[in-house]
Amino acid sequence: MKIGVYVCECGSNIASTVDVDKIVEEAKDLPNVAVSRVYKYMCSDPGQELIKNDIDEYNLDKIVVAACSPRMHEATFRSVLEDKGLNPYVLEIVNIREHVSWVNSDKDKGTEKSMALLTGAVYRSALMKPLERKKVGVIHTALVIGGGIAGIQAALDIASMGYKTTLVEKTSSIGGKMSQLDKTFPTLDCSQCILSPKMVEVNRHPNIKLLSLSEVVAVDGYVGNFKVKIKRNPRYVIEDKCTLCGDCLPVCPVIAHDEYNQGFSPRKAIYISYPQAIPASFIIDPDDCLGINPLICTKCKEVCGPEAIDFDMQPEIIEKEFGAIVVATGYAPYPIENIGEYGYGTIHDVISGLDYERIVSASGPTEGKILRPSDGKIPETVVFIHCAGSRDPSKHLPYCSKICCMYSTKHALQYKHVVHNGTAINFYIDIRTAGKDYEEFYQRAAEEDKVIYIRGKVSEVLEDGDQILIKGVDTLSGETVELHADMVVLATGITPSEGTKEMASLMNLAVDINGFIREAHPKLKPVDTAIAGIFIAGTATGPKDIPDTVSQASGAASKACGILSQDELEIEATVAIVDDSLCLEVVACVLKRAHIALLRCK
Amino acid sequence: MEEFEPNIIGFLCNWCSYAGADLAGTSRIQYPPNVKIIKVMCSGRINPMYVVNALQQGADGVLIGGCHPGDCHYSRGNYLARRRIAVMKRLLEYIGIEPERVRMTWVSAAEGRKFAEVVEEVTEDIKKIGPMKKIRRENVW
Ligand SMILES: Cc1cc2nc3c(=O)[nH]c(=O)nc-3n(C[C@H](O)[C@H](O)[C@H](O)COP(=O)(O)OP(=O)(O)OC[C@H]3O[C@@H](n4cnc5c(N)ncnc54)[C@H](O)[C@@H]3O)c2cc1C
Repeated sequence: MKIGVYVCECGSNIASTVDVDKIVEEAKDLPNVAVSRVYKYMCSDPGQELIKNDIDEYNLDKIVVAACSPRMHEATFRSVLEDKGLNPYVLEIVNIREHVSWVNSDKDKGTEKSMALLTGAVYRSALMKPLERKKVGVIHTALVIGGGIAGIQAALDIASMGYKTTLVEKTSSIGGKMSQLDKTFPTLDCSQCILSPKMVEVNRHPNIKLLSLSEVVAVDGYVGNFKVKIKRNPRYVIEDKCTLCGDCLPVCPVIAHDEYNQGFSPRKAIYISYPQAIPASFIIDPDDCLGINPLICTKCKEVCGPEAIDFDMQPEIIEKEFGAIVVATGYAPYPIENIGEYGYGTIHDVISGLDYERIVSASGPTEGKILRPSDGKIPETVVFIHCAGSRDPSKHLPYCSKICCMYSTKHALQYKHVVHNGTAINFYIDIRTAGKDYEEFYQRAAEEDKVIYIRGKVSEVLEDGDQILIKGVDTLSGETVELHADMVVLATGITPSEGTKEMASLMNLAVDINGFIREAHPKLKPVDTAIAGIFIAGTATGPKDIPDTVSQASGAASKACGILSQDELEIEATVAIVDDSLCLEVVACVLKRAHIALLRCK
Repeated sequence: MEEFEPNIIGFLCNWCSYAGADLAGTSRIQYPPNVKIIKVMCSGRINPMYVVNALQQGADGVLIGGCHPGDCHYSRGNYLARRRIAVMKRLLEYIGIEPERVRMTWVSAAEGRKFAEVVEEVTEDIKKIGPMKKIRRENVW
């Protein structure tokens, strides 16, 4: 075996505190070393040429380079080996700059340390075996999990770039929380009006297969080649046959809470969550319906002209392969009943932000009239409490939920636009309006629409006759505040949804301390996860408004297409292998879906 | 008498601690030259036998550096390392080797300063314990 040793001076960066000539001489006596040289800049073209010539002249098998960190130039020197027909992995880098010359000024000690490192490297080099770069084929289809605005955008982008995409949504319709919003800040354009065209596009896009009422139950494989099991729950109404005529509605005898309207209005056991829902088909809720096992009532089936109702539908498991996955499983509002002092769940007219969205919505239970839940009166004073759950590290969420300052301001504006002489009061800790046109929106609310802002935290919300008493402190004046309101809206914080938590644990995705899915790098890889081929978008990674959600979704889509557009993927050659002599075959690794190990394991 | 200069092996993970050591370099933070660094992909890859071998073959101490809890590139490698090393230190103690010769630490890619401080501490600590004489075995490659 013949090893070539190359020591770099790096100008004076290394040479000034390491006696490079000395280590070059000593290296000549190490086993297998055929040639040992020093050069001013080993990474430069002449430096690389020097190594290349030696490979030819001395018939070298392995190369050791003592220079800067491998993070700098390992790739450079690997290509030198590759150019000369050597395996690029029989290269050993000795880091004598970052780890020696830059951190130590004693030349003798630096030289000694460098020599120790170099000696180790030469011995190691003799043991190195060539590694093979493995190529795997790519399945040119994508899976998007979660059909909120993030998932919708990601699916549309991937599909428009020409790849077949399966969109899996847990509930009966795509749209996510955005479908429940009335108007959106900062432009106050109607949420449904900008969302439903996209939902329709998903439905008719030739490259998108939408699976509603479905959940991913198993993910196996690796980048380019994921094997996924999807459980599709029965809708009991055949999607393609249902014409949305609504003949079933009057005959259904069951009354249930309408989740879409936050329980403020009733629905039947057979229903569509909202008129624009996609897939555009009724659904039967098996928990409410009297027709599904045991069969007591068949009224809807009797009147259904197109014969769309099937009480015997069963869950099915769909197995499919995908090249890339986008996780867009969204958020859930913080359970504000946990904040006892705010009275949510006990005081009728204390409602959540999402409740309020339905109440102001023209398609909501009050058809856009702002009426309070308890007695249907128009509230003359409404108090909006920011940070309900957020920024409260001792008891609730430690972080800022980012969107609540803006949506509470929106809510106050919406109220003033409907109830012109009403009073809207916002209690806030800080106003955070970082976003394009956001500060202007807030200024407009405060100055033109006379929304009142009180800086301070509310300590207690109490029922007082048919009014609500709010106690708190104005932290600007330092005085206690007590005032009466007719309705209180809590700006609930944002937490990861159950589905987000489930998917993270199913796919072994790292989560942050608050349960949101962690990016591969918080700044430079915001849509990657630590697992190659799985990307993330939207509020599953943290609180976000719609513009941020949509841009992240497009980012995740383009990253996914970066994989789908390849015919073959080169898999990193330095991967773990299974030592057969030690393997106990307890398959714990298989159960934990250790993708890399499985790749090489028989 | 010449002062005892301990020979210390540092096993650093590729993603956090090795990069932290690089940062100490690019920031030109000076620290004692006693720790010789060996890069491993993950602290979870460190077989306790590596540590024993190092101590047998001339090291007076071993430093192990991994990502902070929750930051492991492979999710849980650093937790595995932490458990293994904890058990191993008890074993060392049992056979009469000072467990303080082995030190585990978390250094992120942003903590060049911390890396240098840890190296200083470890070097001082091992100096106090003195040279490793207990088990010696010749290098066999
Ligand atoms: C009161 C309120 C008002 C707001 N107002 C505004 C506003 O005016 N302007 C603005 O920009 N933003 C506003 N927002 C924020 C906005 O709602 C979010 O930015 C946006 O809805 C995030 O979309 P998403 O797709 O990430 O998540 P989601 O809307 O939560 O969608 C996630 C989807 O994934 C599905 N899912 C979950 N788990 C699974 C699973 N395991 N398998 C399959 N599917 C799953 C869910 O059913 C859901 O359909 C407001 C939020 C609130 C609470």
